[in-house]
Amino acid sequence: MSSLDQPGKMNRKKWWNPSKKEAVVGWLFLAPEAIGIITLAIFPLIFSLFLSFTNWNLVGGFAEMKWVGFDNFTRLIDDSKFLKALQNNIIFTAITVPVGLIIAMIMAVIIHTKVYAKDLFKILFFIPYICSTVAVAAVWAALYHPSSGPINRFLMELGMADPPKWLVDSHYAIIAIMVIAIWQALGYQMIIFLAGLTQISEELYESAEIDGASGIQQFKSITLPLLAPTTLFLTITTIISSFKVFDLIKFLTDGGPNDASTVIVYRIYEEGFINFNMGYASAMSWILFLLVIAVTSITWIVQAREKKA
Amino acid sequence: MNTKKFELSRWIFTVMCGALSILFIVPLVWMLSASAKLERDVMTYPIQWIPQEWNWVSNFQKVWLENVPFSLFYWNSFKLSVLATLCTLIFSSMAAFSFAKLRAPGKGIMFGLMMSFMIIPEQATLVPRFIMIKWLGLYNTHEGLILMLAFSMYFTFLMRQYMMGIQNDFIESAKIDGAGYLRIYAQIMLPLSKPILATAGIIKFIWTWNDYQNPLIFLFSKNLYPLPLGIQFFRQEYSNNVSLMMMAAVSAIIPLIIVFIVLQKQVINGITVGGVKG
Repeated sequence: MSSLDQPGKMNRKKWWNPSKKEAVVGWLFLAPEAIGIITLAIFPLIFSLFLSFTNWNLVGGFAEMKWVGFDNFTRLIDDSKFLKALQNNIIFTAITVPVGLIIAMIMAVIIHTKVYAKDLFKILFFIPYICSTVAVAAVWAALYHPSSGPINRFLMELGMADPPKWLVDSHYAIIAIMVIAIWQALGYQMIIFLAGLTQISEELYESAEIDGASGIQQFKSITLPLLAPTTLFLTITTIISSFKVFDLIKFLTDGGPNDASTVIVYRIYEEGFINFNMGYASAMSWILFLLVIAVTSITWIVQAREKKA
Repeated sequence: MNTKKFELSRWIFTVMCGALSILFIVPLVWMLSASAKLERDVMTYPIQWIPQEWNWVSNFQKVWLENVPFSLFYWNSFKLSVLATLCTLIFSSMAAFSFAKLRAPGKGIMFGLMMSFMIIPEQATLVPRFIMIKWLGLYNTHEGLILMLAFSMYFTFLMRQYMMGIQNDFIESAKIDGAGYLRIYAQIMLPLSKPILATAGIIKFIWTWNDYQNPLIFLFSKNLYPLPLGIQFFRQEYSNNVSLMMMAAVSAIIPLIIVFIVLQKQVINGITVGGVKG
């Protein structure tokens, strides 16, 4: 760290000297951001913990607030809608994370080593990621249209008499949404993998080539292990963002049909901003927060163990 | 090794990859083509990729100039994205300057704390933030929404990393010339940090432009809607008119695709820089 003290000014009054000035200025500079982050992240988190032990509908003011202890949390255990949401989140994570990352990694390796016009491919695959989720969801909604949409017309042409009704079908709604989610995130994941790949030295591959290692052997013994930090980073961020999935669900299905595609954040939205059950919504918010903490700590522990080994 | 054979395999992979990437963006191509069609041609099968009868101008007029105030949604999105981006750049760069270059006791702990808050999911604090905004009287205002989007530890972190790489000599010599901290920040640090400011600015702009969740919670009146809410409203109004829906989607997406293609280096850099080092 640098000290920007000017020598020669030290003989001013004791209580006010350049290093004190620097400290005050330093805190003034970081004050707006610090106040913003504290009042909009950590304070609300604590506030919502408090709310989660109450029953409150916002309308009546604080006088109407009732302390209910752990009631909100015990209610969660019997709430079939919430359990469905939790189940959907787990399915969503268990499928979108591995499928998305495996496709992204394979595509990144192919684009990195085997093609011309690398940059063009980077751009093409990245485009869905920068598009507004709502706008692309509107496009997919038309593609998924049960009777006249191109997807089902194609399936019918292939001879499928009764193709799935996708977004309006309680068995397929979540699958249809997972397809969109994987599609939209793929470009991002690929770009991160590509950035990781460029950091692997070419020489390693050259010497492996001389030793007669096949492409697949090279992938197994050089690419995979050296790409591990990138893979870990992407795994954590993709798991966490799959817990937070909301935009697609809200826009396309409103959690339906019959709550078939509801997820935790959608339940928070429903309880908090449609039913105004602030306490109950806060309890669910804390479950979400704890899930994110759990995933992050597990991956940290795994990472620390691997470093030791 | 036979170079000619090697080249050939490279061409084969390029063609395969090309086919895959086209398949990949087919939904967007379909959107573009549908937006230019007559409604009765949109869902014909097999798909007419090139419209038989062009209806582009009429669709454009209906979306932009008729009863749904689409141009207002556009303006709202633009305004919100510019202001939220400016706020983030100012607050983050000020804090980053302090974290990177000023000696203030306790700032290390503050930095660690603020970094650790990044783990708190936005969605987990929606309810209390909604209540706070109501108390402040900022519910259903653009000011309230901008306040929610103005602070980002992610960008503060990126800028701090960048500023730590700027030599102290620049600052020392400015101090000898009698420059105060505000001048050092505005006239030395900011110009020297231009690359990271550009990267952060573009990414923040894109994120705000596409943000659906925050406007959904913090805005209520139709005349304040940004594009994502506008598209949702549009979908309710014109649920049976796919060509107009696609025109609306195209209108929301195209500016960003142009920005991205022009500034792809900054965008990709900004997305990866947090990832690879993190």
